[in-house]
Amino acid sequence: MTQNKKEDLRFDLQVIASWITPGSRVIGLGCGEGELLHYLKKYKNIRETGIEIVEERVAACIEKGLSVIQGDINEEIIDYPDNTFDYVVLSQTLQQVYEPLDLIKEMMRIGSKVIVSFPNFGHWHIRFQVLFHGIAPMTPQLPYQWYDTPNIRILSIRDFREFANRVGFTIDKEVAIDSDNYYRSGKITRFLPNFRATYGIFLISNTR
Amino acid sequence: MSEYIAHDADGKTVGLVEKKYFTFAEPPDEMGLHSKAKLGPITVAYETYGKLNANKSNVILVLHALTGDSHAAGYYAEADDKPGWWDNMIGPGKGIDTDKYFVVCSNVLCGCMGTTGPSSINPETGQPYGMRFPFVTIADMVGVQKALMDHLGIKQILSMIGGSMGGMQLLQWTIQYPDMVKSAIPLATTMRHSALAIAFNEVARQAIVADPNWNNGDYYGSIKPNLGLSVARMIGHITYLSDEALRRKFGRRLQDKDDFSFNFEADFQVESYLRHQGAKFVERFDANSFLYITKAADYFDITRNDASGSGIQAFSGAKARFMVVSFTSDWLYPTYQSRDMVKAMKKSGLNVSFCEVEAEWGHDAFLLPSQRLTNLVKGFLESVYNDAK
Repeated sequence: MTQNKKEDLRFDLQVIASWITPGSRVIGLGCGEGELLHYLKKYKNIRETGIEIVEERVAACIEKGLSVIQGDINEEIIDYPDNTFDYVVLSQTLQQVYEPLDLIKEMMRIGSKVIVSFPNFGHWHIRFQVLFHGIAPMTPQLPYQWYDTPNIRILSIRDFREFANRVGFTIDKEVAIDSDNYYRSGKITRFLPNFRATYGIFLISNTR
Repeated sequence: MSEYIAHDADGKTVGLVEKKYFTFAEPPDEMGLHSKAKLGPITVAYETYGKLNANKSNVILVLHALTGDSHAAGYYAEADDKPGWWDNMIGPGKGIDTDKYFVVCSNVLCGCMGTTGPSSINPETGQPYGMRFPFVTIADMVGVQKALMDHLGIKQILSMIGGSMGGMQLLQWTIQYPDMVKSAIPLATTMRHSALAIAFNEVARQAIVADPNWNNGDYYGSIKPNLGLSVARMIGHITYLSDEALRRKFGRRLQDKDDFSFNFEADFQVESYLRHQGAKFVERFDANSFLYITKAADYFDITRNDASGSGIQAFSGAKARFMVVSFTSDWLYPTYQSRDMVKAMKKSGLNVSFCEVEAEWGHDAFLLPSQRLTNLVKGFLESVYNDAK
């Protein structure tokens, strides 16, 4: 899984990587096999930390030389002192979090900038499946049946904007992308993003 | 542990190795111990594998567990039945790659495999120390290892690795000599013994002292307390396995018979196994060393002088990068104890990785050949090696 070239990084992760300042301290929550952290360490000289619950993935990260802790993100995040990190990244995991607001508040506590990305349930493909077929949607981005999906939070790009507004977070950056999970390519969706984008990526901070 | 040691399947080995000795703390410059006693001279038995590079930046210190010794890898002679106790991890191209690193392993203070301990001759009396040997702590063991490093001219340790009591020593190292230790890998270990661990050690010690041949520690040159020491070892072996491991390994199977014998011979395989392990152990280990070393492990508690009570303060002086590894079926040092350690390291701002390896073999898992553990160690060491360049 080790990517050697810059362009090998998944497109949504490329967008996140482009937002991160070189030399900063970055924690990846639910970091998987460490694709993003490894890239950032190699090309942006960051000091990385990752949290991941699956042993195989943790081992894959450590074998790449990354500092990663095996554990539940909701529990592991509590131990870090305030402002330990410059960036706290939650990539494609928000839809699986039981208490999203609590987690985002903790993310804001341990880092100054928070990056959240998630699959957009407002995508036209999903809308059409529900509307015309009357079934729980399945897409390349959300390849699960209703009975085995880990995705317990169904949200769209618009939902997240309203959520930020209601709970008082500032959206500093927002990008909607149309990409397939299995390809490196993708493109930024500017026209009707909530309808056409497969993923939403947000950089948020505390309103002060 | 010796039951697991086998020749490398691919024939990869550090080859012939030699046990070396270094003596220091000659009177009147004895070493001051944490019990306030003084001890000297002290001899340390040690072995090295691989080559020390020009700027002495490739040193890996291996720290052995309770009954281990300096013979971590390779062979003393070509005819040896078995290589050193961690030959599956240490060698050319292995987890701890001797083509790259200079590996040092020494027998702990109080041991009986070449380093000064209760069976050594007390220069004041010309007789073995026995119970006149001073109490030692994990910190004292570390002090002796530091003296060996000084002797070898080593100022920086790239990484230290140890399981169980070896892990305690490396935790102590990172706190006692923070500037010397670049990274550390505590395996299946703890910041302090639980009541359960102390309880098992105490029963094992009582087995020894209850043996009439123990004779208050004065048995050298006569009959040894073999019965007590073998029972102590049997207890140890139960704690090194797990419910699941014992079930898989033995179940209720009978040993060389079809029915119960209706006497107190070993009917079950597990009985036979424990008796065999106990009998083998007394051939190589000194009962007094066992008493002193288990006590040192019980005393160890890095949170003891820590106002937080959680190790945060203890680790606040440490600088090493850590990789903590625990094993799912280890009930002697269960994962929650490693998690407590990781928590304290995180709160102290240390760079730490943690992996809980799925393993069915209980505490002993850290000694068994495991591709997962090998890859973790290899990857972590490569990373600290590259960072240090």
